[in-house]
Amino acid sequence: MQKMYSGTSRSERVNENLVPKEETVRFLLDYSKALSVIDYNKMKFEALLN
Amino acid sequence: MIKKESTDAQLVSAYMKGNEQAISVLITRHKQKIYSFIYSKVFDRDLSEDIFQDTFIKVIKTLKRGAYNEEGKFISWVMRISHNLVIDHFRKNNRMPKFENNSDFNIFSVLHDGSLNAEKTMIKEQVEGDLKKIIQELPDDQKEVLLMRIYKEMSFKDISEKTGVSINTALGRMRYALINLRKVIDKHNIVLTN
Repeated sequence: MQKMYSGTSRSERVNENLVPKEETVRFLLDYSKALSVIDYNKMKFEALLN
Repeated sequence: MIKKESTDAQLVSAYMKGNEQAISVLITRHKQKIYSFIYSKVFDRDLSEDIFQDTFIKVIKTLKRGAYNEEGKFISWVMRISHNLVIDHFRKNNRMPKFENNSDFNIFSVLHDGSLNAEKTMIKEQVEGDLKKIIQELPDDQKEVLLMRIYKEMSFKDISEKTGVSINTALGRMRYALINLRKVIDKHNIVLTN
């Protein structure tokens, strides 16, 4: 039977277990805590509080 | 109270009411799927991190503003945001194309910088210096014609007028100048190539 030679064009295949770095997730959670949206006269203002 | 088994819709609703823990559960639950999706498109870890981060910044802003309405699934919405950000990235990159080198092909194997490198510049200077010295050894009449022809790029007509000899004599002197140069080069085994 003829062999099939095929593969992804990239040397690196996509690993199913890829996850973002811990610090990226940490940043997002901190960002979420710091962000507050203020309603004023039907307008919304974003404020980042440290 | 947030439970691990809460549905996405319940978590989104809790987050919009101010429960910060809910977003943590949502990110943990979907981070692998979203990150892998982004990576499968851009093939760059750092860029994937950036797009992942931007995706969730949009998610957080939208939810905090109360602008999210549960029309479809939460995960589909987040994937759509990341997909749009990936497209934005490629659009931006198309305006300033980037060539990626890999082990099979390097763009610098076909692209050359026209200017000489340091080594070749030195060789060129040396060759030109040697040639000038050899020219100095030529008889004056031949040297004069050769300098006018090669360095001053004058025509033989102009040379004949300037030196007061016929064009044929100027041509003859040039011919002998070149023959003599070759003789000196051969005799002393001088290499005049770079």
